Amino acid sequence: MTTLAEEQQVVAPRASTHTIAELVFRFRELGIVLALAIVVVATTIDNHRFLSSESVKNLLSSAAIIALLAIGETIVIITRNVDLSIGSVLGISAYAAGVLYQHHPHVSIVLVFLLALGIGAACGVVNGAVVTVARVPSLVVTLGTLYVIRGVDGAWAGGNQVNASMLPTSFNRIGYGTVAGVPYLGIIAIVAVAIATYAMRSFRTARDFYAIGSDPEAARLAGIPVGSRVFLAFVLSGSIAGLSGAVWLSYYGSVDAIAGVGYEFQVIAAVVVGGVAIFGGSGTILGAALGALLLNTINSALVVVNVSSFWSSAVSGALLVGAIAFDRLVAVRLAPALRRRRRARV
Amino acid sequence: MTTPPPEPVLALEHAQKSFGAVHALEDGDIRLHAGEVHGLVGENGAGKSTLVKILAGVHRPDAGRLLLDGEEAIFDNAKQSQAAGIAIIFQEPTLFPDLSVAENIFVGMQPLKRFRRIDGRRMRREAAAVFEQLGVRLDPDRLARGLSIADQQLVEIAKALTTNARVIVMDEPTAALTATEVDRLFGIVETLRSRGNAVLFVSHRLEEIFGICQRVTVMRDGRHVLTEPIERLTIQSVIRAMVGRDMDALFPKVPAEAGRVVLKVERLTREGVFTDVSFVVRSGEIVALAGLVGAGRTEIARAIFGIDRWDAGSVEIDGRRLPPGSPTAAMAAGIGLVPEDRRQQGLVMDLSIERNIALASLDAVRRGGLIPRGAERRFARDWALRLRLKYGKLTNPVWTLSGGNQQKAVLAKWLARKPTLLIVDEPTRGIDVGTKAEVHRLLSELAAQGVAVLMISSELPEVLGMADRIVVLFEGRVMREFERADATEDAIMHAATGMIEAAA
Amino acid sequence: MSDLAFQPHDESPATLASRRAALRGVLRWEVLLLVLLGGTIAFGADVSPYFLQSTNLFYICLNVGEIAIMALPLTLIVVTGEIDLSIASMLGLSGVLMAELFDHGWPIWPAMIAAVALGGVLGAFNGFLVTRLGLPSLAVTIGTLTLYRGIAQGILPTDTIGGFPAHLSSIGVVPIPGTHLPYSIAFFGALAIVFAVVLHATPLGRAIFAIGASQEAAFFAGIRVKRIKFWLFVLSGLLSGFAGVLWSLRFASARYDSAIGMELFVVTTVLLGGISIFGGRGTIAGVVVAVAVLGCLQTALTADRIPAQDQNIVVGTLLVASVIVPNGAELYRRARARMRSVVARRHAAAAAHAEGQ
Repeated sequence: MTTLAEEQQVVAPRASTHTIAELVFRFRELGIVLALAIVVVATTIDNHRFLSSESVKNLLSSAAIIALLAIGETIVIITRNVDLSIGSVLGISAYAAGVLYQHHPHVSIVLVFLLALGIGAACGVVNGAVVTVARVPSLVVTLGTLYVIRGVDGAWAGGNQVNASMLPTSFNRIGYGTVAGVPYLGIIAIVAVAIATYAMRSFRTARDFYAIGSDPEAARLAGIPVGSRVFLAFVLSGSIAGLSGAVWLSYYGSVDAIAGVGYEFQVIAAVVVGGVAIFGGSGTILGAALGALLLNTINSALVVVNVSSFWSSAVSGALLVGAIAFDRLVAVRLAPALRRRRRARV
Repeated sequence: MTTPPPEPVLALEHAQKSFGAVHALEDGDIRLHAGEVHGLVGENGAGKSTLVKILAGVHRPDAGRLLLDGEEAIFDNAKQSQAAGIAIIFQEPTLFPDLSVAENIFVGMQPLKRFRRIDGRRMRREAAAVFEQLGVRLDPDRLARGLSIADQQLVEIAKALTTNARVIVMDEPTAALTATEVDRLFGIVETLRSRGNAVLFVSHRLEEIFGICQRVTVMRDGRHVLTEPIERLTIQSVIRAMVGRDMDALFPKVPAEAGRVVLKVERLTREGVFTDVSFVVRSGEIVALAGLVGAGRTEIARAIFGIDRWDAGSVEIDGRRLPPGSPTAAMAAGIGLVPEDRRQQGLVMDLSIERNIALASLDAVRRGGLIPRGAERRFARDWALRLRLKYGKLTNPVWTLSGGNQQKAVLAKWLARKPTLLIVDEPTRGIDVGTKAEVHRLLSELAAQGVAVLMISSELPEVLGMADRIVVLFEGRVMREFERADATEDAIMHAATGMIEAAA
Repeated sequence: MSDLAFQPHDESPATLASRRAALRGVLRWEVLLLVLLGGTIAFGADVSPYFLQSTNLFYICLNVGEIAIMALPLTLIVVTGEIDLSIASMLGLSGVLMAELFDHGWPIWPAMIAAVALGGVLGAFNGFLVTRLGLPSLAVTIGTLTLYRGIAQGILPTDTIGGFPAHLSSIGVVPIPGTHLPYSIAFFGALAIVFAVVLHATPLGRAIFAIGASQEAAFFAGIRVKRIKFWLFVLSGLLSGFAGVLWSLRFASARYDSAIGMELFVVTTVLLGGISIFGGRGTIAGVVVAVAVLGCLQTALTADRIPAQDQNIVVGTLLVASVIVPNGAELYRRARARMRSVVARRHAAAAAHAEGQ
């Protein structure tokens, strides 16, 4: 057939664990785990109480909510968009769930979660429609819906506050219960992240998200329905934020009009630190979840080391900026210049 | 010797395509047969790219027809052409950098297992199988980011095979490859041929064409010139077919006294782009940089003007060294650049004509810190008049102008600065014949006034008609320099295609 | 350099026509704005008998003063195709710094100057990240929005600092003698004139529009794109710092969460004013009218006893509408043009077919 000498070698399908692609992905996640280990060890040396079961439970639980939100935000950011409204969606869903219990104390838990999901999905539909049909940049849309949804939430809630006594114990138990020392919330988050990570690798639609973020024009040319995929991404993000609202309610046990304020920036920080490129096209949900855990751990660690928790936003912001800058510098260094190579002709 | 070929898989008959006043294709004709590698050659602007775009479904021909297996085919978009089994491998492939090689091959059509999940193992296996067929090794799992251009092409070829493409078009595939990679590519092309694919190989590298093609089509000025089996052709006869033409009556260059050395480029090098380039341009001279696509001429111009930096060598204007990478310094030294890409680089499309013309002369137009009312308009009107620019209103955005008038606007912008060195990159590309002549007259007059002109052009008649001296580049190196009197189309084309000895 | 990439070279008559129509749209926008202003004033008058009184003018302007001042540099930044979401956080942090310095014994004027200077430094950091490191301004300013506000919270988490000299704090209560206008709006007026002159009548302004319309072509014309963008971010920081000083003085107190969320209002003002989010288009005059609309709207809604939360609904909707409306019109036109050209082509193909056969 061919007369090529050295080049004629057949390649066997390689096992997926040893390829460069995997290593590059895992590097980020390994890095986060390493950073996590360092923070935990350093803090525990300073103060043994850091690793007490109580504080670990709290840490896992609060990180769980951010991790859940990070699932949806990661999907949106992978498509080269952004969803700033998730905090408001969480807030309104949490309130809706609370109000449902307030008026119908015996309603089934499943229905409550479905309601929260539905409200979140509806918000996602609005975001997605305006981004894909009206071609408004997602920044503008979700900045607007951030405030509109919070405003609606505030108007609805008024001064009303739902508190734990109005919620059935079965529901509350989701928030504080544990299994073998691991909080339910943690388990929910782990399961959700695992499912989502697997789904993102195994389904065509999910791979389309990556293609769109990597090169929207090429994706269009390749026949990928960019509009409907992006729409789906926003619906997913909204739905997950809605579900997280119900989870939030079970953890905190009470809700008023200011639930979830500011969450969007925490989540984005977690996602970027976790290795999801702000330009889209790469990153994993697992990484984002680990990022959430790391940021939460750092915040707890700071408190334990007697740095006031009021500095946690500053830390998140600094890490977010740092992560973006780091990713950019890495991309510029590592990516070999795609300059043409000339043959040496005599 | 050659048996009469069977029915062509894909044929284009007498196609025409115009863009506004520009007739890109006047008689496009090509027949691609299964199991054959068909070479397509022609200078820049010969119509090759338009022809390929018609095959790809990007353009619909204004006249003529496209036949697939003898039946007329109409493609409204690229997707339809792909579905019909036509795959195009571009010079610079667009893969998804964040997806793996296997995923790039199967994007949108990944093999599935139960519950519609992607069968990663099967995807990898099939990708590996395709690479085996092609006789190459490439890891299906690695990310596409960072792949060499040669490997990216491989992925595109693999993609074509998995979509069961019957016709594979390769556009200047070897421009960015090393010698080893070219050999590998040739092996692959041979494999494709033996599998029964029809391959269209567009290239200006005649050695390669003769190395791998069974049939060659030559185009010139948008027309089909000849199609012959390779046995009946020689490199010389192909070159002659590419360039042989009646010289248009271009505005003859007004003879001018060459004065002092204005631009001195010495051993200029930018790694991977151009190497060891040296030449001078004197005031009153028009020096042309000739060569084919990929020769590095535009890159040299960009480096001189400061858009890109250089790695070694020097640029001197009027005896003073220019710092690299600073358009401000270049402009201060009196250089102007009329770029190749008029619409992205030469003009700000959404701004008005008057603002575009004044854009490089804002300091001249202002009084105190402010721009007086109508100052830009007066300025622009003055220059539009001098260049005979046809416009509706000067406040209209510049995209309302025809191509030729847009080019005049760009020229006006730079002439208004009274440059000592004007670099023009493809000054008459995409503009109508009438305006072409005007632009030539303009450049001639400029030189007569003492401006040094560095002209980059792929049109040989333009080069021969306008230039006092011609520097021919090939793959980033200076091949030969010609004085006006010694230059012939043959000789230039030889140098431009890398043949050092001119044929006897 | 392949010219076989999928870029159609022809400008079909349909595309030209739709672009021409877009031109007319820009002029229509300013008219729409004035109508909106009229409507808002009518609404206000309807809600409250005091609305049209001149003393009310004081409150309208007072409410919108800082937003207005920050809208000016943001306008320039958006025209160049970037965005700065950290403005409210820079306002907050500068206010906190001024208060802290004052609390530690600094005289008020040096404290004020230091606050403004800090704003400049914060803006320079934004500018550095965007121009030197080439990071997207959206992501960067989301990060610095969190970072700067976070630092403010760390410095002054629960307290407020007050006690500023009365003659300065009075800017929140006492108008400029002889008028019904607060000092802040006078600053805005002066700045607006300067910005308008710069943007519309100086080489720098021409450069800014060029950068937004086509950064590459601007660079090829010798415009120093990076330098201009950098200094625009610094300017945004300086004026946010100044706004922080004004805010703390007029409320006679500084807190870490001053003006939290205000970026929404400033971005809305800018986009409502007709500045295209895609860059390259807009007028300062439009922004001034948008400031008036927002000021009247806020005051009218407050007079109608609509709480701040609900006002956010209105403003958020206005923000999205400011972009949907021109986009929608453009999309509609393009769809119609495409329909026409498809129909034309089908006819031509049918005709050719009939001839050929």
